Amino acid sequence: MNKTLLIIKREYVSRVLKKSFLLVTLLTPLGIGLVIFLAGLFAAKGSQSTKRIVVKDESAMLSAKALEGKEITYELSNELLDSLKKNYVDKGYDILVHVPPYSDDTVATHQISYFSKEKLSLLQIEKIEEKMENVFRDYKLEHSTLDKVALKKLDVNVKLENAMLSENNKDAVGDKSSKFSSAIASGLSYGMGFLMYIVIFVFGSMVMRSVMEEKINRIVEVMISSVKPFQLMLGKIIGVGLVGLTQLAIWMIIIPIIITVAGVAMGGPATTPEMAQTTEAIQKIQQENPEVMQVFLKELSSINWALILPVFVIFFLGGYFIYSSLFAAVGSAVGDDLGDSQQLMMPLTIPVILAMVMIPAVFTNPNGPLAVFGSMFPLFSPIIMPARLPFEPPIWQIALSIFFLVAGVIFFTWVAARIYRVGILMYGKKVTFKELGKWMFYKD
Amino acid sequence: MNILSIENVRKVFHNYVALDQASFDVRKGSIFGLLGPNGAGKTTLIRIITGITRADEGQILLDGVPLNTHHPNEIGYMPEERGLYKKMKVAEQLMYLAQLKGMSHDDAKQSIRRWFERLGMQDWWNKKIEELSKGMQQKVQFVATVAHNPKLLILDEPFTGLDPLNADLLKDEIYQLNQQGVSIIFSTHRMEQVEEICNDIVLINKGKILINDSVAAVRNQFKEHKFNISTDRPASDWSLPSGFSADGSVGNVTTFKVESGRHSNELLSYLINQGISIQSFQEVLPGLNEIFIKLVTEASHSQTNVQP
Repeated sequence: MNKTLLIIKREYVSRVLKKSFLLVTLLTPLGIGLVIFLAGLFAAKGSQSTKRIVVKDESAMLSAKALEGKEITYELSNELLDSLKKNYVDKGYDILVHVPPYSDDTVATHQISYFSKEKLSLLQIEKIEEKMENVFRDYKLEHSTLDKVALKKLDVNVKLENAMLSENNKDAVGDKSSKFSSAIASGLSYGMGFLMYIVIFVFGSMVMRSVMEEKINRIVEVMISSVKPFQLMLGKIIGVGLVGLTQLAIWMIIIPIIITVAGVAMGGPATTPEMAQTTEAIQKIQQENPEVMQVFLKELSSINWALILPVFVIFFLGGYFIYSSLFAAVGSAVGDDLGDSQQLMMPLTIPVILAMVMIPAVFTNPNGPLAVFGSMFPLFSPIIMPARLPFEPPIWQIALSIFFLVAGVIFFTWVAARIYRVGILMYGKKVTFKELGKWMFYKD
Repeated sequence: MNILSIENVRKVFHNYVALDQASFDVRKGSIFGLLGPNGAGKTTLIRIITGITRADEGQILLDGVPLNTHHPNEIGYMPEERGLYKKMKVAEQLMYLAQLKGMSHDDAKQSIRRWFERLGMQDWWNKKIEELSKGMQQKVQFVATVAHNPKLLILDEPFTGLDPLNADLLKDEIYQLNQQGVSIIFSTHRMEQVEEICNDIVLINKGKILINDSVAAVRNQFKEHKFNISTDRPASDWSLPSGFSADGSVGNVTTFKVESGRHSNELLSYLINQGISIQSFQEVLPGLNEIFIKLVTEASHSQTNVQP
């Protein structure tokens, strides 16, 4: 068997069969599932606040009709405040709201008070305040000379729709998408950028640690008396990369299953009244805004996946290769002092973090100079180009960016390999950047 | 026939000459000692032979063929700093290393099985390296070096860290391999081992070859015409004739030096004439250790630092 393949196989198998790999791979989706389940449970608990509120209105200005509400039931009472205070709980109310005598229309701020066994949450207070504001406003309106119909006409709501013709097909009818599309694009953009960031750091440092381990173990001299240093480095990078892809693939299968299971657990046979209420609440939202889900799905399907996915995969692989080979070079140079590795990693962490910082600027201006520059420079492009993809950058820019990426992969892998081959045999020397530069030009 | 020929090999590291026109041959089937003080260029030479680095000038023939990419498969190398993957199981580890030397899966398995039986390691098959004692790890390391049936074995300080029992075991294995036709290069500082084990030696200092010959020839070359003689009466009872100078005596044994122009037999006949009976008579050859120290100190006095 080819020696590089043997190395890839060992690097892959030894990691995949580790208990920690199994734990991380299985526990992460379970953790996500648990979080979703708990979030649903808490949401259900929260919406259980169908509180019964009794309102004592001193000036009898409020009507029962005005107080009708969806989530909270308000009832008026004629009893005296003092007796209500004593018996509102016995009568089955949760909260007693006291509206003091109404003075005159010029007062803007009205103080009302509540009595409750427990302190109300901010959300509950805001809900009651909002209700009371509306009721007071309507009351004031009725007793003023203003025309309610005329006032209604003043309500304005502007929706900016995207009518942009697509770049590739100028004859096409403009795809009228809502601002939703920008939100989805931004989310996708950030998501892909963030995924790259995680991949670079998690798997890059995995490669680095493994190189350091071989150097400290001294196995490396035995290894390179059998294989070329480049074969060893390449085998390691590909092996660890395959571990990453395996993990992602498992997650892509397991996470939807867990989400569905968690969803069914909450939406299926209502085992508790809380759950039934959550499902009802979700259904209610869907009934009230049927277009939201539809628009969301429509927008998702209108994204040019056929372009985004393959291009993302190219940048994913390119970015992984560039950074993991550089991490391997750093690992080979450090030896046993972890403190040194921090210093040598700096030039790798800086571009990654800079690229992450650039992402928000990329979605405010996806075709601006910063975005274009970022997607051409191979240390930034693996993060910036995927972030630009949902905004459909010009094809020539994608092509040029891929060209630079490939050139970058070749260049940085070469640089890393030159440093690596010297570094793995170098012991007991504190390595400076100047030293690393010299190593590149050492003869074999 | 030579298993290895080093021809005018030169290697320069940016500011110093690690090897300077080094040439020597290693006879097929011999046990060869590669000697030299620290920093002499031994490790550089070994790394060039094993293909880890390349010579700047000169060439190296392995079994008559210039070094190529297949040659690492025919060499077994045990570096001075031993190393194994700590988390790997013994068998997995050895299978991996043997396959990296170009063996097929089945051949590797068979060969490792045989070595495990030979060294009594059968129970270790599924143990992790980190669970083994240091001595046991050394044995695993040795199997890793020889499992792929190399023609040439390069052992860098193979006995360091071994207890006397394991060192003897290893020595026996090395002899056995040698009898099966494997050529062995030893790199070491321990001269008594070299005298005991090696047929031929080369002594390197500062990248230059100081001496290259069989152990016997080297000792002969540096002999100081000293002899030990033991007689039936204490040394104090008789005195040496002119032309022979005493070099210390213990009990009945006298060490003496024969001055130039004289012959040791003259002393024998002198003693016989005196009626002193001789119990033993033996030439004292210098140890490799002395020769080593002598040559290296002389060289460092006469040599100025070599510039590239």
